[in-house]
Amino acid sequence: MSPTPSPPTTSACGTCALNNAANLRRLGVDPSGHDLVVALAGNPNTGKSTVFNALTGLRQHVGNWAGKTVDRAEGGFEYHERRYKLVDLPGTYSLLSTSEDEDIARDFLVFGRPDVTTVVVDATRLERDLNLVLQILQITTRVVVAVNLVDEARRHGITVDFRHLSRELGVPAVGMAARRGTGIEDLLDAVERVALSPTSFGGRRLIHRNRRLERAVSHLAERVARHVPGVTNPRWVALRLLEGDATLERAVAEGRLRELVADPAELRSETVPEEPDA
Amino acid sequence: MNTTLDRLSPGETATVTALDVEGPQRRRLMDLGILPGTRIRAERSSPLGDPTAYLVRGSLLVLRRNHAGRIHVDRHQG
Amino acid sequence: MTRSPILDETDRLRAELPENFRDDIVESLYAEAARISATSLSHGERPARPTLDKLLDRILTHRVWGFLAMGALLFGVFWFTIAGAAVPSDLLSNLLVEHGHEQLNRLSRLLSLPDWMSGLLVDGVYLSTAWVVAVMLPPMAIFFPLFTILEDFGYLPRVAFNLDRLFAKAGAHGKQALTMMMGYGCNAAGVTATRIIDSPRERLIAVITNNFSICNGRWPVLILLGTVFLGQLAPPPLAAVVAAASVTTVAALGVLTALVVSWGLSRTVLRGATSVYSLELPPYRPPRIWRTLYTSLIDRTLKVLRRAVTMAAPAGAATWLISNITVADASLAAHLVDLLAPLGWLMGLNGIILLAYVVAIPANEIVVPTILMLTMTLGTNLFGAEQGVLLELGTAETATVLVQAGGWTLLTAVNLMLFTLLHNPCGTTILTIWHETRSATWTAVATLLPVGLGIVVTSLTAAVARWAGWG
Ligand SMILES: Nc1nc2c(ncn2[C@@H]2O[C@H](COP(=O)(O)OP(=O)(O)OP(=O)(O)O)[C@@H](O)[C@H]2O)c(=O)[nH]1
Ligand SMILES: [Mg+2]
Repeated sequence: MSPTPSPPTTSACGTCALNNAANLRRLGVDPSGHDLVVALAGNPNTGKSTVFNALTGLRQHVGNWAGKTVDRAEGGFEYHERRYKLVDLPGTYSLLSTSEDEDIARDFLVFGRPDVTTVVVDATRLERDLNLVLQILQITTRVVVAVNLVDEARRHGITVDFRHLSRELGVPAVGMAARRGTGIEDLLDAVERVALSPTSFGGRRLIHRNRRLERAVSHLAERVARHVPGVTNPRWVALRLLEGDATLERAVAEGRLRELVADPAELRSETVPEEPDA
Repeated sequence: MNTTLDRLSPGETATVTALDVEGPQRRRLMDLGILPGTRIRAERSSPLGDPTAYLVRGSLLVLRRNHAGRIHVDRHQG
Repeated sequence: MTRSPILDETDRLRAELPENFRDDIVESLYAEAARISATSLSHGERPARPTLDKLLDRILTHRVWGFLAMGALLFGVFWFTIAGAAVPSDLLSNLLVEHGHEQLNRLSRLLSLPDWMSGLLVDGVYLSTAWVVAVMLPPMAIFFPLFTILEDFGYLPRVAFNLDRLFAKAGAHGKQALTMMMGYGCNAAGVTATRIIDSPRERLIAVITNNFSICNGRWPVLILLGTVFLGQLAPPPLAAVVAAASVTTVAALGVLTALVVSWGLSRTVLRGATSVYSLELPPYRPPRIWRTLYTSLIDRTLKVLRRAVTMAAPAGAATWLISNITVADASLAAHLVDLLAPLGWLMGLNGIILLAYVVAIPANEIVVPTILMLTMTLGTNLFGAEQGVLLELGTAETATVLVQAGGWTLLTAVNLMLFTLLHNPCGTTILTIWHETRSATWTAVATLLPVGLGIVVTSLTAAVARWAGWG
């Protein structure tokens, strides 16, 4: 239920100086006529929905616990006269999801082909959250890393070197405190930069230390790409097949890999066990 | 000293040596940041005795005793 | 089916890989993450977990204080809600129910609408909508902002942590407590929230038991009954406390029922081991009180208003219709009430209450107004109400109506509170259960199990009460 967030609050903070990036126009639930799609991904409870609300002016529910958002929510904003559709996703610890909320996030990131994937990470848990960033970078390099909760980090005596982080990851990394609206402008600039860059959708090369694994992945990815032309992220599919992802195996066996690209919802694993009398 | 995670008392620190869990559940633990070599600290037990919250890579993760018992650790001295 | 060449290739390649290659994948990711994070961060002197967080946890998850705090918070939220909602509720009821109804009646006379039309629109649709708004809006506009502040603070996972042992014993997932807390807002939302539970077995248990979390549509019913019947047993200064205590008790009973039913399910049709789970205790974050109050208030107001229009209005029309369509010398409602009366008696309720529950399947909000409307028309015609006209009474007079015209006793009120907890989920929730499980069988189980339980429990209390001479 209630995947659609409530209508925009116009008066409350739309005008306060901090919260207002000068060139941002919040479009609420109306992403019609958008030019570009931006996904909000990240570990649970990092502030994705807070960023979503700050950019769209909507009131998607937020809460201080992992798992508040369990469905996709869409909204729109305009920046420098360009319209963006913003997609808020459930939090996920990795792309190898096991629960349905994580499936929804994974499917959109892997098969939905957003123009920009904004990964929201918690500045106070950078190490763990980077695990997911690195996984996402294997799928696409059209990524912006939004290091949120820098206000909390400061309270804990942590400072982040964004330039270094950015260099290491090969994608823009910006700091923000979404709840106060700080850093929104930086985020928007980074998103715009990535959105307009000619970077391909392909991910960054796997950095597996294991050479044999790397060879196996490349080889299988080639087969997958040949077998199912146009499949998104053959390398990721290959890796998942090697790891023994039952859903993907079934999709391949039944020749549905191509359809998966068209309708990611199909990928969701069957979640209902046998009927009670069975 | 080799033991399992459930044997740590609150305040004690250890390093994970092995996970005695297979399949998706193993994967889940690793995604949460619990893998061989990870430093882990028992933080608090639930008021009813089980489960326990562990500090792993800066976050507090809750594990029930029967699951924690399948995580082998090397307890830090002192 | 022929095996896909890709899968064959996969198997071949996998066989060549070292056994622990899966671990390698994660380990190399983490090694890289650790390196990047170490070189990008500079730490000050402060500890990994701030002392304030530790202190709060020491209290809120303490063996004694933890549970006391939990009880006190729950009770405090209800007390605040009950005490705070009284005045605005009376105000709204004065404005919408009394004056508004009168004005509309005058207007319909002015337009010389036919009787049946003004009856249906003004007495049916308008009155029930107005009543739902007056009774539902104030308590929900107080309850939910308070709840949201606790949520934003980071308290909910602590509750799950405190109670987890009980859930483990019941064979349930550790995150079920969280989905139950979401159910306090709306069971449909609670059922959707079970997506965070990764094992299908434990998820189904959470879906089936979510209805034992009292939702948005049922809190005000309990608050009203608690205030009108139980609160009035106590001396006035304590009335709100007693009412809050009775609501807290029913909520606690709900948790207990969820645990017992989970236990039963996990020992019978949904047997299996509990899965490794990953409840996370987030750091406490100071909630932004004003912002939360504001957004949560708007949210709830819109929600209550929307439900009032989409649910209460048609239900009001239906009630008016069954009260006014006459078949063989009596209204349709009277026939139905007669039909349900024996079961009603058995459950320590009455036929009117059961009929109201049938009418209110789409939305629980409408139960009390429907009961009142039917009681006024079908009970001893004490107040000379017209057929199917909802009362124009404040909450204070409600008890009088029910006792004098409906023949209610304390047993009726207590059993209605129990039945409010234990009955079928509302229409929206049933649809959501279907949507989430895609199984007719499980949807039926989730729908019928609570009503069955409700019938058994209320019949038992009724039997005991009558045996002891209280009924
Ligand atoms: N101090 C501070 N708190 C924040 C900030 N951003 C978000 N929060 C709080 O962090 C909590 C989580 O925020 P959400 O936006 O719900 O996080 P999410 O990533 O959508 O969480 P899931 O949907 O569960 O994955 C909420 O209590 C927010 O109020 C920030 O910049 N500073
Ligand atoms: Mg969210």
